[in-house]
Parts: sequence; C-alpha cells; structure tokens
Amino acid sequence: MAARPSERWGKWLVSGPPLAYLLVFFAAPTLIMVLASFRSPGEFGGLAPFFGDDGAPDLNLESYARFFTETVYAQVFVKSLWYALITTLFCLALAYPLAALIATSPRKYRDLLLLLVILPFWSNFLIRVYAWMIILGPNAAMARAVNGMLAYVGAGPVPLLFSSFAVLVCLVYVHLPFMVLPLYANLEKHDRALLDAAQDLGANAWQRFWRITFPLSLPGVYAGAALVFIPALGIFAIPDILGGPNDTLIGNLIKQQFLETRDWPFGSVLSIVLTIAALALAGLAAWIGRRSAGGGGPARA
Amino acid sequence: MALLEIQGVTRRFGDFTAVDDVSLAIEAGEFFTLLGPSGCGKTTLLRMIAGFDLPDGGRILLNGDDLADRPPEARPVRTVFQSYALFPHMTVEGNVAFPLKMAKTPGGEIAGKIAEALDDVRLAGFGKRYPHELSGGQKQRVAIARALVTHPTVLLLDEPLAALDAKLREDMQIELINLQKEVGITFVYVTHDQTEALALSHRIAVMNRGKVEQVDAPSRIYGFPRTAFVADFIGQCNLLSGPVTASEGGVVTVDVAGLGAVRAAAAAAPAIGAQGTIALRPEKVRIGVDANAARDDNRVSGKVADLLYMGDVTVYKVTTPGGLRVEALLANSQSGRAKFFEVDDAVEMSWPVDAGHFIAG
Repeated sequence: MAARPSERWGKWLVSGPPLAYLLVFFAAPTLIMVLASFRSPGEFGGLAPFFGDDGAPDLNLESYARFFTETVYAQVFVKSLWYALITTLFCLALAYPLAALIATSPRKYRDLLLLLVILPFWSNFLIRVYAWMIILGPNAAMARAVNGMLAYVGAGPVPLLFSSFAVLVCLVYVHLPFMVLPLYANLEKHDRALLDAAQDLGANAWQRFWRITFPLSLPGVYAGAALVFIPALGIFAIPDILGGPNDTLIGNLIKQQFLETRDWPFGSVLSIVLTIAALALAGLAAWIGRRSAGGGGPARA
Repeated sequence: MALLEIQGVTRRFGDFTAVDDVSLAIEAGEFFTLLGPSGCGKTTLLRMIAGFDLPDGGRILLNGDDLADRPPEARPVRTVFQSYALFPHMTVEGNVAFPLKMAKTPGGEIAGKIAEALDDVRLAGFGKRYPHELSGGQKQRVAIARALVTHPTVLLLDEPLAALDAKLREDMQIELINLQKEVGITFVYVTHDQTEALALSHRIAVMNRGKVEQVDAPSRIYGFPRTAFVADFIGQCNLLSGPVTASEGGVVTVDVAGLGAVRAAAAAAPAIGAQGTIALRPEKVRIGVDANAARDDNRVSGKVADLLYMGDVTVYKVTTPGGLRVEALLANSQSGRAKFFEVDDAVEMSWPVDAGHFIAG
C-alpha cells in the first residue's frame, strides 16, 4: 500500500535532522580524510597545495606505500589488535558472571545493580585513567604487595605502572560496562522454563550452561564484543598515560601523525586502515554469529 | 506395590499450604490425572514428583525408592511443560536428541531413536525445522517426543493442551490416549479441565485446596461424587441440601428448602437429622409440560427462568415455587429447533430415585 504524501513528509521530518547531522559531522569528514590520504604532507604540516609548482594535481599513493612497506606500522597494528582481543576476552570473562548475577537477582535489586555498573560513567574518563596511576604507582599498596611477594621468592621488583599490564588492566576496567549491559539485556530475557526442561531431560548445571544458556546468549556476547573490541582498537589515552615505551598502539600513532608530526596524509591512511579493519572484523563476527545461530534460529538481541 | 507412591506429602509456602498431606498410589501403565481448579496444588505436586520442588513432609517413592535425594536430572521422570519449553536454538531433531546426548546414548543409535520418537507423535519429516517454524500442536508433539525418547518410567504432563484451540485439543486428546496405550508409560497428567480429565484418564484424583477429595475412575467421579466439591466441579450439577428425614433400604429422603422431600440413592445409611446433599445431574432431570406423564418418585413444578442454547442440547434453569433453581438439560434431537420451552413457561420436572446421588455433609 502506498504511503500518503503527508506520511512520507512526516517520515523525513523525523529522520531528516539526525541524517543531516551524520552527513555533516561524519560522512563529510570521512570523505575529507579519504581525499587527504591520497595527498602529500605540507612543508609545515597539513597538506601540500593541491596544484603544485608544475600545475599537476597532488594525488598519490605514497602514504599507503609507506604503511605497507615499513613493517613497524604493521607491527603496531597487530599489537593493537592483540590488545583489543585480550581486552575483549577479559571483559567477557568478567562480565558474563556479573551479568548473569544481575539477571537472576530479585527484580527489585536489578536496577540498583545496573546503576552500580554504569556508575563509573559519572566521573570523567581521563580522571578514571589517572586514578589508575595512583593505584598502580610504585608507592601504592598494590605495587608494594606484589614486589614484596616477588622479593620473597627471590625475584626482582617490577614496575606496575607504565607497562603493558597497566594498559590492559585499565582497558578492561574502562570497557567492562559495555560488555555487561548487552549481556544483561540478553540474559534477562531467557526463559527459566528452558533450564527446567534441560534439567528435567538429564542435563547437569554445566551442561545446562553450555548447551542452553551460552548458545542463547551469543547475540549478547557478539554485541558486547563489538562494543568493547572496536573502541579498544582505536584507544590512545590509556597507553599514553599508563603505558611504557613499547605500548604505542595504532591510536597513539594516528594522534602523533595529526598533532605532533603533522603528517595528515599518513594519519589519514592509518585511520582508514583502522576503520576498514574494524568493519571487516565486525562483518566477520556478524557472519559467524549468523552461522552459529543455526541458519533459521531466532535472533535474540 | 504401586509404581509411584506419594505418601503424606505436604508443601507449604509461608502460611499457605499448597499440598496438604496428600497420599496417592499410581500404578504402572496408568493414565492418572490430577484435576482441580488453579491453586489447588496439582502443579506443585507435579513439580515435587519431577524434583523441582521438595516436600516439607512425606515421601515420594518410585519403584520403592525414595526420590528425596535425587535432583530432577537424576530421576527417570520426564515432564512436558505447559509452555512446551522447546530449545529455540535447536532443530526438532536437536531437541529430541538432547536427552539422548545427556544420557550418553551411543552416537549410532541416536538417529534411529529420534526417527522412532518423531514417528510416534506423527512428526516424521519435521526433524530439520526450528521450533518457531512449527504450529502450537506441532510444538506440543515435539515436547512429547523429546520427553518420551529416553523411555522414562513416568511422564508428567503439565496442562499440555491448555494453549491449543478447542478442535485441535480434541484431536490431541485422542492422540494422547493412543500414544499412552502404545508406549505403555505411566502418564501423570495435570489439568483444570474436567472434560479433558474425564476423556483421557484411567483414574482421576480431584484436588481442592491442597487436599485430594476423591480418587476414582472417570465414570465413578462423575456418577458418584464423594463430596459436594467434586459433584460441582465435574460437569454441571444441582446440589440439593438439607437435613435427612428418612433412610431406608439404600434410599434417603432429604428435606430440601424450596423443593420439599427429595429421595435419592445412598451408598451408606446416614443418621436421621444429619445434613446431606443430593447431587443431581441436569441431564437426569426430565422436563415436560404434563405432570401426569411423569411417573418418577421426585416431582416438582416450576417456571423457566433462563435458557441456554448450546447446539446439541439446551439447558433450562427452572425456578420452583419455593424459590430454588434447578437445572435441567434437554437434547435437541429435532434439528432446526432451538428450544422446547420459552422463558416463563410453566414446566414439570421429575427424576427417579437413582438419578440423585446422596453426599453426606
């Protein structure tokens, strides 16, 4: 049935402003970045003039060639993927029991427990990262306890701060709520009768989890993994503040190119490669998700 | 000894006693129904047999073994849940294979057993479908196949047909009877639907407020209700109460207010003056216009107050001069005719002595 003209206009009236917002502040900058990646850096940063002295337009693949020939960038990239993966796995391992606990607790406590999960968002992100500097600092109780135990077994003291350990601990801490919330939203909807049925049919607690609860929670797992993995992949503040010299990630590299080296074309190339990698991984996860849902299985968010 | 013995089982939730000192003995191969209104404790009792709930008092024995220490997964008892509880992420085959895998059935035997179970419930060829691709009746069959595939000792069914529409429910009732005959497994069936209970069961336990009111074959439950609750809950029934004025040779006379002396059959002789109730089924009441035509012992005239045309029968609610309402039922054997009497018609009702059934108390 064809929509009436007034309905058609109404639709655009509602969805137009957010669409315009995204066009101006997301699509246009992305396009500018794509164009910049094919340009040369300017003498004093930024971009070189589009028409050079010879009058030819400034379009080349030099920045791409640099990324794919100098292995150091690929290494940073792989390291970033690795950190993001570890962060995602730790978040999943910590968030699953937490989400399950909230989902199975009495209804009157659930809102309070959820509030506690999102409570960290009420203080500034950077302040929370700096707080970890104090927690992990050399004179804090944690470092003293760890190094005290290490000294007891005859091992030398290790710095907790400015290390991969500090970066990963903080990455997990910052991203944990993003894993808990979609998992909770999924687990909360599970039908208790299915577990009763599984138990009635001979499944013990372990089998009930792995054969019923976990497969049915996969949409929540994928959603949480995407919400953790993608931001963790591009993060720069945490390695900047808590990391050591070897903890430079792709996010730091991009920030460096734009703000310090002022090589906009190369920074754009790094950003584009990161975006494409994230999209490819999200697509792969969605594909795996559809396959494991068993062809026609009902998708449950 | 009976296969499943429930001995003095009690279950309390706070101040509320859901199941109150219930004792039942269910025989092997029996189709046994727990019948009662919602909240009567029948589902709680079923959950205790399955192991999802534990009695506060009493014992449940299966083949003479106390089940108290065995969790649901370790009991040779399977449940068909009211909501079917099919696993949505598994195909029909996956669902039916689940209990086989849990029982560590050798892989080579699984396919054959699935095929057999699906065949039993007439769902051969549906193995690759997912639950959301099935109709309510088909889901029900999968749930039954899944519960039966491991050949449990007892199958518990918790209002399994409640969600189906009337026509499908009747078909499924016949299938359940045949299936139970075929597999020979003891069925313990919970329902609040008395016609379903009468149609399906070998024996029925009528429950009310946590207690068993009567355990009997369906025809005896209907024909010889032991309590007024059973008489009233099973089918339609006129309950005529009053003091006993005479009792002789298996026939009692009760003085019913608004009706007068009513004579009915009694199994035991009650004391004169004791309170009693005569249960009188509407279909046993003859209704006509001519008082002389009836030669029955019990006779009363009245006026039609309401009538309810049901298609096959019409129910007449007749008010006696004394102000009592008596229901009578007349089959509409003549097609195209909805009723024999109109509201406000004067009618004569009568019934023989053995039509009424005396209940003490």
